[in-house]
Amino acid sequence: MDGVESQIAEWRAYVAKAPGVNGRDLDELDAHLRDQIAELGAAGLDDDEAFLVAVKRMGDLDSLSREFAREHSGRLWKQLVLSGEGDPARSSSRWFEALAFALAAAVAMQVARLVARFPDEEPEWLFLNIGLLVLPFLAGYFAHRRGLDPRRWALTAAPFALVALVVNLYPFRADSSTEVLVALYLPVALWFAVAYPYMGGTLRSHERRMDFVRFTGEWVIYYALIALGGGVLLMLTVLIFEPLGAGVDERVVEWVLPSGAAGAVIVAAWLVESKQHVVENMAPVLTMLFTPLFALMLTAAAAIYAVSGVAGEFDRELLGVFDALLVVVLGLVLYAMSAREAARPAGPMDRVQLLAVASALVLDLMVLGAMVARIGDLGLTPNRVAALGLNLVLLVNLAGAAWLSMRFLTGRVAFHRLERWQTSYLPVFAIWAATVVVALPPLFAFD
Amino acid sequence: MHIASSYDRARVNINKDLVAASATPLVLAILAEGESYGYSILKRVRELSGGDLEWTDGMLYPLLHRLLRLGYVTTEWRTPPGGRRRRYYAITDDGRAALAEQQRQWVTVTRALGGVWRDSGWLPTALREA
Repeated sequence: MDGVESQIAEWRAYVAKAPGVNGRDLDELDAHLRDQIAELGAAGLDDDEAFLVAVKRMGDLDSLSREFAREHSGRLWKQLVLSGEGDPARSSSRWFEALAFALAAAVAMQVARLVARFPDEEPEWLFLNIGLLVLPFLAGYFAHRRGLDPRRWALTAAPFALVALVVNLYPFRADSSTEVLVALYLPVALWFAVAYPYMGGTLRSHERRMDFVRFTGEWVIYYALIALGGGVLLMLTVLIFEPLGAGVDERVVEWVLPSGAAGAVIVAAWLVESKQHVVENMAPVLTMLFTPLFALMLTAAAAIYAVSGVAGEFDRELLGVFDALLVVVLGLVLYAMSAREAARPAGPMDRVQLLAVASALVLDLMVLGAMVARIGDLGLTPNRVAALGLNLVLLVNLAGAAWLSMRFLTGRVAFHRLERWQTSYLPVFAIWAATVVVALPPLFAFD
Repeated sequence: MHIASSYDRARVNINKDLVAASATPLVLAILAEGESYGYSILKRVRELSGGDLEWTDGMLYPLLHRLLRLGYVTTEWRTPPGGRRRRYYAITDDGRAALAEQQRQWVTVTRALGGVWRDSGWLPTALREA
């Protein structure tokens, strides 16, 4: 029997190398293989023959690995597995591809800065167009990488062209608050436009949408890391160039910072794509660390607010603060979702997360109630409409997530339903961001 | 040596797409008979189809994991007395509902096909061959 044991061990080691198959899958396949060998042995085959037949029946490793990766898409860099069929040569040239697009974004940003004479002058159009200087290159990078056909390239470019026309033709007044809103929301709206080439032109696929959510979260982590490292580098550069005097250090920052920040957008995206297994280990740790802390902070705040009441003075900024809070809570929910195996049963972390979400909802409802009651005497300004709208959009999302999460914890729905809720909701965010960019300025007469 | 099937008939080579389409209802239906594990599900599939439905063994597992993610089945690792440690799958209420839905669809399709074959007189030929 030793012969078979060592053969099985070899086979295990071979299959373990396949991306997409993890240890528990391997145990399951192993048990299957042994059952098959035992039965063939009972039918009269000798060990070697039985082993060969059993392995053959298991199927070839490539398609097996692909099937596993297709099902457990969240588990790993499935781009490499799924699109890399018979195309191994391309992976080596991929960093080059990313570098070309990153350079293009860096150059575009630098040219715009020089034309605008920033920072000596601060023309509004520069801030308005920042998203349009960078994100088209990210979209182009994905369109190129996914090998989109000309029609899909055109569909990728269309929203960027449309938005570029709209925001630059709008006759904003001086010190217009809708202009500031557009500058804030435009990158968000364009980020959703990047989703189209990212998903390879398949907007309806919920699995792909979840991939995009995951990509967004991992991109944020990588970008923050690059920004930290870049910050340290720039600080040291300034210190080193300072003795030269004559503002040399300032010039260096002026030239390097905008281009670096623009190029890093594409580099971070490339890192997510090619080094996904690194960041995949990070997202669960971050979630484990921050979910309980946020839950604690939020329940404490909700309790204090409930006791003292929100009747006290709250300034106009408060709704903005709560929007930011809900965005962070949503981020936690999504990180947790992408970090977790969908098939795992509910655990304590799911309960802690539900607590955080529920507290955030209670807090937000109290503030929102007080706000809506006063909207009459406060009046509707563009800022208030945008903040209120965002708050509602987030509130509905989190309320739905909390409700489904409760049903999941009591074992009435599968975790899959929570994922489905979030992926179905994504267009709402995109539509809201687009509405603020396109519809809000004319509604408020570009004020 | 000549190997004849036990039913003494020509083997039917079932199209890949059809195999894939029928896999989910088949697995759910087998699990509706009682909980089971991968190897035994495959054996049951072979038995039910008289060996005509040839699955690549490994492919069953991604399918089972998909059913798990959709909440159609639950799973548990267990070691039966005197047996090997195996991962057992059991159907859930959601799974039963999905199975019922699939049944409706398949019955409709086979009824439609049966109707048209009967009318055009193909059925007897097909049956004679089988």
